[in-house]
Order: sequence, then C-alpha cells, then structure tokens
Amino acid sequence: MNNIINCLVENEPGVLARIVSMISGRGYNIETLNVAPTQDRKVSKMTMVVPGDAHIIEQVTHQLTKLVNVIEVVNMTNQRHMNRELILVRVASKNHVNRSEIVDLATLFNAKVIAVQEDSVTVQMVGNQDHVSDFLHLFEPYHIMDISRSGVIAVGREVAAAKPVS
Amino acid sequence: MKKEIDEKCEKEHPFRSGAQCVIDGLVKEGCEVLFGYPGGAVLDIFNCLYDAPFHFVLSRHEQGAVHMADGFARATGKTGCCLVTSGPGATNTVTGLATAYMDGVPLVCITGQVPLSMIGNDAFQEADVVGITRPVTKHNFLVRSVDELPSIIAQAFYIASTGKPGPVVVDIPKDIQRQMTQQPIPETVQMRAYKPHIEFKQADVQALAEMIGASERPVLYVGGGAIAGEASAELLQLAHRAEIPVCTTLMGMGAFPENDSLSLSMLGMHGSVAANYAVDKCDLLISVGARFDDRVTGKISEFAKHAKVVHIDIDQSAIGKSVRCDLGVVGYIKPVLTALLAILPAKSHKEWVDRTQRWKDRFPFTYPASKEVIMPQFVIEQICEVSNGKATIVTDVGQHQMWAAQHFCYTRPRSFLSSGGLGTMGFGLPAAIGAKFACPDDPVVCVTGDGGVQMNFQELVVAVEHKKPVVTVILNNGYLGMVRQWQEMFYGNRYSGVMLGQSNRERSERIDEGKEFLPNFVLLAEAHGACAVRIFKPEDVAPTLKAAFESKKSWVIECIVEPEACVFPMIPPGQAVTAMINRTV
Repeated sequence: MNNIINCLVENEPGVLARIVSMISGRGYNIETLNVAPTQDRKVSKMTMVVPGDAHIIEQVTHQLTKLVNVIEVVNMTNQRHMNRELILVRVASKNHVNRSEIVDLATLFNAKVIAVQEDSVTVQMVGNQDHVSDFLHLFEPYHIMDISRSGVIAVGREVAAAKPVS
Repeated sequence: MKKEIDEKCEKEHPFRSGAQCVIDGLVKEGCEVLFGYPGGAVLDIFNCLYDAPFHFVLSRHEQGAVHMADGFARATGKTGCCLVTSGPGATNTVTGLATAYMDGVPLVCITGQVPLSMIGNDAFQEADVVGITRPVTKHNFLVRSVDELPSIIAQAFYIASTGKPGPVVVDIPKDIQRQMTQQPIPETVQMRAYKPHIEFKQADVQALAEMIGASERPVLYVGGGAIAGEASAELLQLAHRAEIPVCTTLMGMGAFPENDSLSLSMLGMHGSVAANYAVDKCDLLISVGARFDDRVTGKISEFAKHAKVVHIDIDQSAIGKSVRCDLGVVGYIKPVLTALLAILPAKSHKEWVDRTQRWKDRFPFTYPASKEVIMPQFVIEQICEVSNGKATIVTDVGQHQMWAAQHFCYTRPRSFLSSGGLGTMGFGLPAAIGAKFACPDDPVVCVTGDGGVQMNFQELVVAVEHKKPVVTVILNNGYLGMVRQWQEMFYGNRYSGVMLGQSNRERSERIDEGKEFLPNFVLLAEAHGACAVRIFKPEDVAPTLKAAFESKKSWVIECIVEPEACVFPMIPPGQAVTAMINRTV
C-alpha cells in the first residue's frame, strides 16, 4: 500500500540527502518525492509516497523522526487529508489522428490541453492519486511520448493539522 | 562614541579564530584527552592545540584515534573526542565511526576540510566527508561560516551525548579555521528539530507493573542501553524486588553482576544455555535497552514465542523493529525503572528461579580441560582470577571475544568493552589504550586474537610512550578462528582463507625453519617498546599474568592455544534455541 508521508524539515543544506540516504540505506523505497519551502522560510515540507505495510511505514516514520534536522513526520494516509498531483502528458497524435478523442478524454478529467503540435497533444491534469491513476490508465492505449509528474502533495483536513508550524 | 562601543564589545567578545573556537569548545565541553592525527587541513587547529589545557594523544592511524576515543567513552560514559585531517584522514575514521554508531557511543570527531571555495573541485586531500560519514554517524556538520562554529561545536556534543548517544562529525574547512569571529560559545543548546528529552508515559509503567504482577515466568533481557543509561542500581533492585532472572546481551555485560544469584549471563548465539532456555520458556520478556539483534534472537518467529514482550528503550525506532512488542516504553532507562520501582510490589517467582538455577547448574559455560596445551577459555578464567575480577576487558572480534564474554565474571558496568554491533576487528588494542587513559588506575586487558591484533598493532607504541600500561593477551590459534569454526561446522571443514600461522599447515606448505611464528609477536611487541612473552603451557598463564599486572608496563602475552577450539554453546545463525549445539568434550 502506498502511504503519503509529510515531513517537516529544517531548511538546511544536505537535509534532502540525509533523508534520501536513510531511506535507501535501510532498503525502503520512495515512489514520488516533492520538496518545497513552507510559510516559515526556515522550514521545508517534504512529501513522499512510500510503498509498504504498516510495519514498514512505522519504521520509516520513526527513522525519519530520529534524524536531527527533522521537525515532524505525519503519515497523511492515516488521517483525513487532501492530496493532489500535477501531471503533464505529451500524447502522440501524428497528423491530428486521435486528437479529438484525446481532447474529449482530457475534458472528462477536467484536464487542460496546454499545447498542440503537429505530432502531439500535451495535456495538463491535476488530481488526487485515484484520479491520476485512472487518467493514466485511460491514456495507455495512446502512444504517450513523454510524461512529467510533480509527485503527490498533501494537506490535512483536521483542525490540529492546520496549526502553524512555527 | 562608536569606537568606545566597539572596544567594549571587543573586550566582552574578543575576536577568536575558528581554530581557537574549536579548542575553546572542547575545553568548555570538558574534553580531557583528544586523540588524533594532524595534516594539512587541520594545521591551524593543531597550532592552537599547542597551548590547549588538555592532553593530546597522537595515534599511528586515524582508525586507531577513533577507537581510542571510543574506548575512552565506553569506559567513562563521557564523550570521546578526536581530531583528524581532511581526505584520507577523514576516510580512515569511517570504520571507527560506524563502530561507535552501531553501539551508541558518544563521540565528537573533528575533521579538517579543504577551503570552502575549493570544495567540489577535487582539491588535494579532498573528500565529501559529510556525504561519506552520513550513514555511520548520528549527525554531521559541514561548517560554512566561522560565526556558526562555536554553536556547532556545542550542538555536536549535545547531540552526541543525549538521547541514544552516537558519533557526530564536524567537518571544518581550512579557511574557516583561520577566519575570526566574535561569536561566543553558547551557554545552552537550543535546537529546533532535535528534542532528546523524552518523557515516558506513566501509564506504560503502570501497565508494565501489572504485567510483572501477572507473570509467572518473567525474564529481564538487558542491553547496552542499561549501561549507557547508568541504570544498573535500579536494575538490581528491580530484579530482586520481583525476583526476575536477568540475562544480558554482549553489550549489556556488566550491567547486572554475574555473580548475583539471578544472573543467567549472556543470551544469544553463544549465550548460556540457561539464558536461552529461560527466554524460550518465559511468559514475560522485559527488554531493557536492548535492540533484538539477530545474534540474540536467531529465528524471529521462535524467539520468546510464549512470552509477552515489553521493550524499554530511549530509541522509539528500536521498539518493535524486529520482534513483535506487546508494550513499548519510550524513555530514558533510569527514570523509567525508578518510576517502576516506586509502584512495583515485591513478588516471588521462586519456582521459576529454581528452574533457571537448575539449568545454570547443569549447563555452565565449559570446555575440555587440558594439562598439555593452553585452552583459550582457561586464559580468560585466569585473567578473571589473577585480577580478582577487577580488570577492564577490551576485546577484538571473534572466538576470543565470545570466550571473554563467557568465562570472565563481570560485576560492574563498563568493565567489558567490545565492538558488539559492527564487529570491528582491530578495535581491541586502541580501545584498550583509550580505556586506560580514562581509568589509569584499573588494570586494562586487551583480549585479542592473532588476527584482530594485527589490524591495529601499530597503536601499541602509544600505550608505551604515554606510560599507559595495557596488558594485551593474544590467544594465538594460528587461524581466523571464528571463520574457521563456521567452515568446520557449516562448510565441511573446507578451511578457506583462514590460515594465519605456520603451525597448522602441511609441512610442505610451511616456509623455512626458524620462522614458525609469523609474525613474531614477541619481537614485534618489543620493537614497539613493550614487554613480551610467548607461553605454551597452562601452568605459565597465571604467573605471567600476575607478573604483567604487577610490572605496571605494557605487556604482550602471546598464548599459543589449542588451534581448533570452538565456541560453544552455539545456536546456528537464523535458527531457534532447539538447534543449540553444545559440545563440551
């Protein structure tokens, strides 16, 4: 099962390397990873999707917490939250073959066509994990030339999770 | 007016170089001995060291310096300090850091680095030290500004010594050592993300007390955390209050006196039969600062399978990591046990204790005695006897390490120092020297083998030149004994790459006559300025040890021992207690 883990870290050089090296060194995996500053400039939020059962995720959480630069670790999967991922997909459509089908499909997902070229259509889609995987599934029959994903980001819905990080 | 303010400011916070900040930081943290090795990138620190009020000890290899600081830390509980140069100096510390990291030993290791502007340019003696040491340290720092140096030194000591202790590296570029700062040493350390002061939950302690009350066959399983947490007195009280037998891990040796009626000695792969039987049959296993290492548990699904498992540890991630856990108590051992003692009523488990006693009587650590050759186990017993059990034993890794654990009666914490987690050969001699600096009045014995001692033999000269007499006992069986034992037991006697000495070889494979002892440890030791002797007969062991202890000089005693002695009992790796092999004749 995939778990979305939010990790607040001190915004210092080498923190990303610490986290990634701990995760790989202990044999865990990261499916997606997103890092960006928060409202507090000294704090960054890392959101990672980690596959594994409850035991593995508990270990990952504890091992992350143990790192000296890590302020807080929250497994978002365990609580009410919203998650989103942005994907950009470039789909082959030589001589405009399939173009209308692709555009139709995109519209159904509230996705946007952001570029049309002679050989391809580029679609931008934002959705939660389920939407993204459905979307990609339906695009499989077409020839996907390139895909870029932002990685999942998540924010809690609980009142407590909305507390300021400082 | 401004000039006056500047002068006042300067008086209160004088300019100091980065290098001076390092020395002042070490003084503030109470550094007594600094172990290390100089080089180009730390010349400025060594220049300030010239006037430093503490002792500097020059090792002969950076690995030796870290092990010495480690031995010092293990013997005292204080943070060990070492200082090395950039590049190869720093990479040579990696094994020492990993050793300390696995066993939770507080160390601060200061490394020089090429100037900040040259980092990343493959400069002379440059290595990415924070990158290389990241997985083997509790934390590490690359200092990027001289103004942050005083607080980083303070943070390094704070991180190393609090929570679960561990090694911390501070990598200081050469130009930063030369720059000036007015930043004072901070009085207290405040870190935003690192909060080691964990309060245990009273409810957990209450639950533990109830579990002990309900238990008929409890066992305490004590690890190195009980020693690091200075909880021996509370442990002793707890064991007797509720009459609970106690077994210790290799790292926990000495946390509970082995001459106590409730002691079952060591558990695990080479642990006592009584300890392993007790864990197998118990209905409540209380782990105190131990981490369920695979050398302890063997087959996880069979380990303590009838028991409820309680895990007390300062490290949240250690709880339930490898073995299921019915109750986890996160906190410092000493306050947890103190809180437990405050509510725990006295209880008798006489029937259970009698049962464990019968195992102890029936299956002591034993070996086939000999009047002809020196049995390695006999040497350990003699060290215990001759020193009245007062020696601090420091070991390398392998058979001799297990015999030292089995056949010496440890009665106080910090009297058995050994690389438990990483299993570092070459640890023994430098760590023994570090321990001797820490406890100059106690006899310190390095128990080692003909393999391990050769990995850091060069450090012997440090013991000699500083008049810190260490007695090094080499149990020479001519083999890398533990590997040989595994090849004998699990690889059909195919001895591959384990032959160290000449005497076990076919005659045709030996080299010229007169070179049967290679290397000649006696000559080697004498070349390093130590006294040395080679003995072959059991009756020579005690008098030689006695003479060495009384001489107050560094000695190397090479005991030519039975070459194919094995460590028993043994639970083969990954197997359950039922697979225990215990050949005694």
